[in-house]
Amino acid sequence: MTITETHALAPTWVDVCPFDWLISGRGVCALVGGRQVAVFRVDDELFALSNFDPFSQSFVLSRGIAGSRGDRLKVASPIFKQSFDLHTGACLDDATVSVATYAARVSDGQVQVACP
Amino acid sequence: MSGRRRTLVVAGNGMVGHRLLETLVERGATAEWDIVTFCEEPRVAYDRVALSSLFAGASPEDLELVRPGFFEQVGLSVHVGDAVTTLDRERGCVVSQRGVRVDYDAVVLATGSVPFVPPVPGRDARGCFVYRTVDDLEAIRDFATATGCRVGAVVGGGLLGLEAANALKSLGLETHVVEFAPRLMPAQIDDRGSAALRSRVEELGVVVHTGTATSEIVRGSDGRVKGMRFTAASPQGAAPEDLSVDLVVFSAGIRPRDDLARSAGLAMGERGGVVVDEACRTSDPAVYAIGECALAVGRLWGLVAPGYQMAAVVADRILGGDRSFTGSDLSTKLKLMGVDVASFGDAFGTTPGAEAITFDDPVTKVYKRVVVGPAPAAADGRTSGRTSGRTSGTTSVRPVLGGILVGDATMYDTLVQMSRGAMPTPERLELLIFPARTTGEGAGAGLGVGALAGNALICSCNTVTKEQICAAVADGCTDVAGVKACTRAGTGCGGCIPLVSGLVRHELLAAGVEVRNDLCEHFAFSRQELFDIVRAQRIGSFSELLSAHGRGRGCEICKPAVASMLATLGDAYILDGEQASLQDTNDHFLANLQRDGTYSVVPRVPGGEITPDQLIAIGHVAKDFGLYTKITGGQRIDLFGARVDQLPHIWQRLVDAGMESGHAYGKALRTVKSCVGRNWCRFGVQDSTALAIDLELRYRGLRSPHKVKAAVSGCSRECAEAQSKDFGVIATEQGWNLYVCGNGGLKPQHGVLLASDIDRETVIRYLDRFLMFYIRTADRLERTATWLNKLDGGLDYLRRVVVDDCLGLCAEFEVDMARHVAGYRCEWKATIEDPERMARFRTFVNSDRTDDNVVFVTERGQPRPAYAHEKPDPALLALGGTP
Repeated sequence: MTITETHALAPTWVDVCPFDWLISGRGVCALVGGRQVAVFRVDDELFALSNFDPFSQSFVLSRGIAGSRGDRLKVASPIFKQSFDLHTGACLDDATVSVATYAARVSDGQVQVACP
Repeated sequence: MSGRRRTLVVAGNGMVGHRLLETLVERGATAEWDIVTFCEEPRVAYDRVALSSLFAGASPEDLELVRPGFFEQVGLSVHVGDAVTTLDRERGCVVSQRGVRVDYDAVVLATGSVPFVPPVPGRDARGCFVYRTVDDLEAIRDFATATGCRVGAVVGGGLLGLEAANALKSLGLETHVVEFAPRLMPAQIDDRGSAALRSRVEELGVVVHTGTATSEIVRGSDGRVKGMRFTAASPQGAAPEDLSVDLVVFSAGIRPRDDLARSAGLAMGERGGVVVDEACRTSDPAVYAIGECALAVGRLWGLVAPGYQMAAVVADRILGGDRSFTGSDLSTKLKLMGVDVASFGDAFGTTPGAEAITFDDPVTKVYKRVVVGPAPAAADGRTSGRTSGRTSGTTSVRPVLGGILVGDATMYDTLVQMSRGAMPTPERLELLIFPARTTGEGAGAGLGVGALAGNALICSCNTVTKEQICAAVADGCTDVAGVKACTRAGTGCGGCIPLVSGLVRHELLAAGVEVRNDLCEHFAFSRQELFDIVRAQRIGSFSELLSAHGRGRGCEICKPAVASMLATLGDAYILDGEQASLQDTNDHFLANLQRDGTYSVVPRVPGGEITPDQLIAIGHVAKDFGLYTKITGGQRIDLFGARVDQLPHIWQRLVDAGMESGHAYGKALRTVKSCVGRNWCRFGVQDSTALAIDLELRYRGLRSPHKVKAAVSGCSRECAEAQSKDFGVIATEQGWNLYVCGNGGLKPQHGVLLASDIDRETVIRYLDRFLMFYIRTADRLERTATWLNKLDGGLDYLRRVVVDDCLGLCAEFEVDMARHVAGYRCEWKATIEDPERMARFRTFVNSDRTDDNVVFVTERGQPRPAYAHEKPDPALLALGGTP
């Protein structure tokens, strides 16, 4: 593969909260470099995606319920209930729509999200 | 595995270019091909159709079409910010702007188009823009904010021009649209349709100038746009006055980007565009062209759906197939500035013998026109294949040829199918375009999906017919998701999904397949069956139920449904432990989510009786937190516009004033409304207010399959409207009449009389039993009225269960209800008393800032959420406001 003209800089990791504050299946919203990022925990996995719901045009995805469809993990927007793949941000109900995803990790018990 | 790998160069990574890549990857082309893409814009493919949403709060990331990691797959590479500048067909290579040289076996030109800027003097002044890319929009926004623009104008009143006008409105500019033709959207709709569209657009505050030619952009001494001069488009027209503007957007059509093909010596159309054949091949068989740069079937195609079809054809050809592009349906249905506009088939009625049926309502600003052809007997002269798919018959009904819909496009799907000859035309076609009626003649005139012909095109984005969908169902697909995966129907614009869903249901029923009532994909049980399992096996948590009886991780359907059962059967605080993760956002924050992401709060006002002190307290809270207040239909007061972080403070104040949660957020008992009753009223025969208060306090917080509303009236005049409630009690001289299963909502239905002249204790006993029986046996989100309509044996059976105890369950029902009554606690109070529970109520977990995107404006002296066009600079806010 070749990717030219992408940012090769190491990401800056922004603290979100201690990992044990998160409830499996639920999200929180963090400010990461000025962006609203929805952070979810499902069992011991972490996911970060844009908090913006393109269908309602409001910042609410962190307040949706996480779960699964088939073998994909997803969150449903609390406004009109469209689901988004937690791994890719792709909308599972409308192939033309997706939201941004971000890298997330746990470091020293602290949840961190990569600032793009 | 044998043979050398070949190289495909794709010039352009717009929507169509990317669709090609996706199709190639899906079909396994990367096993043999290395695919090198050049993307001239600084960002890879995004949804250009949704561009104006950037000014309504979306960020560029929200428009991205490229899945993360897509270009990291083996066989794919992309050069971002670099374009092919030379196509050297002799050497078989391309060279890019930055000097990258790639030898190719095949090339696909997907270079799209550029906006056309009419050659008016001053068009290069600072403050003149086009509307095509994310960069264009960012430039418009930056200029408007940096220079404090007040007035903007769009040159061009077509589809894109109106989109651009919408964007300018969103920026808060006074917006003008200047169109040369005598009407808006001249290519798609007629004069009367345009008049309806125009008055709707003007209602939104956009000033429309039609029949107006822009003759000059006037420049100020600083080089910036200062104004516009016009001439009348027709010699008869009066000369329009000059206009002072700060910003101009040209959106007067597009031109194919064909310079690369032109300099490579490929065959070109007279007015531009790369000529391609049915395989989308140019005059060089190794070079294809797709999308807006291609001249296919003798014309340019400026919509995304035909572009996607060309992408599918080229992917197929590259893999050795023989699919062809033979033209595409240019029917369009869209929402422009919130107005439905659709145009399809022979919209203008140019077919010989065509006539039109129109519905034109200047009051509601709805216009519908259906063009019909001559009756079949007289149709010998018609040449098109339009009739080929028509179901045969002796009807003399005239065929639908096309039409225009403005302001209400609900019949679009049906009419388009009729115009394609895929669905028979009903005898009284005019009923289809009259405003919807729910009863009487014309009801359900939309015909069923069963009436569609086999070759009916259901999904025009991906060319999927009814036959293909039926075949997918026959092959085992049982839901829309399966059909989407199998046929791609509904994966384009998504407009056909209701049709697909109807077809799937129709086919399953026709095949005699049992249509199961499973709660969702995680539980192969109905809600009633699950309730029985939870109750009988004393299951205490969702995860226990899921591991014993379900699969997967749950979802937004089963989690709240099970949480509701657990709440009915137990008495724990609904947000403790695992239960917290199951609740809908309303239950999670104990408030009602509104469209802008804020919440509303409703304190309980039992029976609608409230003291002056409580009224004052509510008023103070609303004032101090800047909330919008409204009296609800259930005799209480709703406080709107609270941010998550404000909720606990609001409750603290309300609880301190002696109020408690009204459960307006829950699928639970809402209110027991009442009239003032015997205490004051000359006609009242019983104390309806007291009974209403008792019932509301008894059943408050009771979680149920859907909300439950109730009322008590003090005499037969029925001022509390008890017969339209889930349960209603009406006073009689001898006692009370008990009505159940009424509904005033979606489908009004009168309650039915369950028992008459009963005393207060009996009212409560029957209600305990009735409510528990409903909670146990209803489906998710099924109101009592629907539940009764489906109940085998109907009212007689219900009476036998509740009054005669024919199931022997009444003792259980009463015990369950007694446990609920004893276990009730106010959820707000329980929340504010516990610091750990309070910690949940933050907007951002890592910052004390509040959400900049929540913006209010004042209307009639109170706040309301700003609409997108009223926000100061929503695009900037979407990126997070201050850096």
